[in-house]
Amino acid sequence: MEYLSNILFVIVLIAGIGFFARNVKRLSRNIKLGKDVDVSDNTSQRWKNMAKIALGQSKMVVRPIAGFLHIIVYVGFIIINVEVIEIILDGILGTHRLFAPLSVVYDVLIGSFEILAILVIVAVTIFWMRRNVIRIKRFMKPEMAGWPKEDGNLILYIELVLMTLFLTMNGADYQLQQMGAAHYIEAGSFPVSQFIAPLFEGMSISSLVLVERTAWWIHIVGILCFLNYLYYSKHLHILLAFPNTYYGKLVPKGQFKNSDAVTAEVKLMMDPSADPFAAPAEDAEEPAKFGASDVTDLSWVQLLNSYTCTECGRCTDECPANQTGKKLSPRKIMMDTRDRLTEVGKNIDANNGKFVDDGKQLLDGYISREELWACTTCNACVEACPVSIDPLSIIMDMRQYLVMEQSAAPTDLNNMMGNIENNGAPWPFNQMDRLNWAKEE
Amino acid sequence: MANELKVPTMAELFAAGQKPEVLFWVGCAGSFDDRAKKITKAFVQLLNRANVSFAVLGTEESCTGDPAKRSGNEFLFQMQAVTNIEVMNAYGINKIVTACPHCFNTIKNEYPGLGGHYEVVHHTQFLKTLFDDKRITLEGGQFKGKRITYHDPCYLGRANNVYEAPRELIRKLDAELIEMKSCKEKGLCCGAGGAQMFKEPEKGDKDINIERTEQAMETKPEIIAAGCPFCNTMMTDGVKNKEKEGAIAVMDIAELIASAGDL
Ligand code: SF4
Ligand code: SF4
Repeated sequence: MEYLSNILFVIVLIAGIGFFARNVKRLSRNIKLGKDVDVSDNTSQRWKNMAKIALGQSKMVVRPIAGFLHIIVYVGFIIINVEVIEIILDGILGTHRLFAPLSVVYDVLIGSFEILAILVIVAVTIFWMRRNVIRIKRFMKPEMAGWPKEDGNLILYIELVLMTLFLTMNGADYQLQQMGAAHYIEAGSFPVSQFIAPLFEGMSISSLVLVERTAWWIHIVGILCFLNYLYYSKHLHILLAFPNTYYGKLVPKGQFKNSDAVTAEVKLMMDPSADPFAAPAEDAEEPAKFGASDVTDLSWVQLLNSYTCTECGRCTDECPANQTGKKLSPRKIMMDTRDRLTEVGKNIDANNGKFVDDGKQLLDGYISREELWACTTCNACVEACPVSIDPLSIIMDMRQYLVMEQSAAPTDLNNMMGNIENNGAPWPFNQMDRLNWAKEE
Repeated sequence: MANELKVPTMAELFAAGQKPEVLFWVGCAGSFDDRAKKITKAFVQLLNRANVSFAVLGTEESCTGDPAKRSGNEFLFQMQAVTNIEVMNAYGINKIVTACPHCFNTIKNEYPGLGGHYEVVHHTQFLKTLFDDKRITLEGGQFKGKRITYHDPCYLGRANNVYEAPRELIRKLDAELIEMKSCKEKGLCCGAGGAQMFKEPEKGDKDINIERTEQAMETKPEIIAAGCPFCNTMMTDGVKNKEKEGAIAVMDIAELIASAGDL
């Protein structure tokens, strides 16, 4: 029976990691439903962007308060992972404070974890207040009702509980160390939890061990649960922010991609020697659909974007259309894309790996035309996003679908396009009058 | 107007066996819109004054396709682009200057993928080099001490990171440049981009140009400077809407320089 807890621990660990691996597989399968794009260029610039934006949090600090608090939680998360490694090894080997022989280094480590833990508790509390008491405008938008709001709060609660457990565990441990309990070697320094220790004054060693073990177990099981919660949550950004910033747009923001399918058609039309009635070549691909009406028409980078979105709403906050009360919210565009993609993924899972038409699509089913036409393509959302998401590219792809596949542009725009076609200007003026200004007084 | 404008066309120069230093891409607004035509003329005055060898395409110029592309008509955009590129390549054009950030962005960023490779500069960048090379100079002038706020056009600023050239020109006027609360990277759109210029806005609480004009008015400006004919229209409409057209002028930077230089 001696190894019962080790065995139990290994089982819990494998289950937790196994479940997570299954979800990661689903995630990557879903992302790969997107169209292929070549993003193999400029690797050094891409690494730099990832280091700066994801690792260095450079875009977070554009908003100093949220940025500062976020950095605390983020650093806390990274550093505490070192502690998690120790916990896992202890769990498997049945040891206690395996890294203790690092002596002074260990003291510093544990000390800094504790300080970060308390800072995280403070930061998370402020975050919670911003969402629930101060009710910052961008968290109150319509797309945030229901699950997104609960999700945001849940993450904060979980973080709070995990940090509290960590400190409780240390507090009890500290007390046990003082009492010279067997197995509880004197190691580490406890600048924060030593203040919890007095709560345990007068408790017997066995009940203290019970407190310490309980906190330890809930802490590590909690972390495993949290890991698995990611897949269902906007918290996925803690992982995806890295690849997402790596694959982020490198060309000037104003440069929209030129559709190759269209270039091929235009070449054909402009080439006097091309025979428009020629039979398509044998190996010709089936005619491309222009633009996007559903998630599978988008590129995998755009789909990765949608899973990376943290629903922070910085994009929506800066969007001129949203600021002036229009329906468009770039955050909603990203959330809709992700929700539809999840739906498509579930459909595939339920139908033995094949998508069965469900009569729904991203366009109209999730994103309305009114939203799409409200965009001024100003790139404020792209600039604002702290994790290099490009909501505008999805808006543009969907507009292309509306115009080129459905001829469903607003009448005014159709007139404008007619003018360009006929007069070479968006207004109904004759091209021959283009130089009149030079002669006018 | 003191002097008659000298506006050579590419076709004329080509016939005479000459090639200009730079092509001035006028754009649709600059050619046809009454307000924007004034900007075009002011810029040409400056080009004339600095003895820049330039030409326009005139009747051979066509819409760059920007509004078509931003409204989703990639097909029409590429037809326009390919036609324009053919014309420009036939003249062997290397360098283009334009007063329209939409033309600037499209030709600079999207034409290369379709075979049009040019060095493209915005007129504020071009004017700045004219100052740097002492081809134009300014001393004091009528804008000394005036409160001027500058509205960043999205397609010049955020889209292409051109923030400094226009501001430097304003400083040359000895004017007081006051920034709006959203400026540079965080500049608010005027509401015209993405082909919105050519349609009614979607339902909302207010129009974007009004919001932007209000931000501009918070700086208590005497002049709102712009570097885009579309922004100019939107801000002018905003100022009219606020019935402030008597107190606040909306002017392009080329116009500011031209009138400061008393051309
Ligand atoms: S690009 Fe469109 S969606 Fe993004 S901020 Fe500008 S208007 Fe809003
Ligand atoms: S797209 Fe970016 S800025 Fe917008 S909510 Fe998502 S993470 Fe935030």
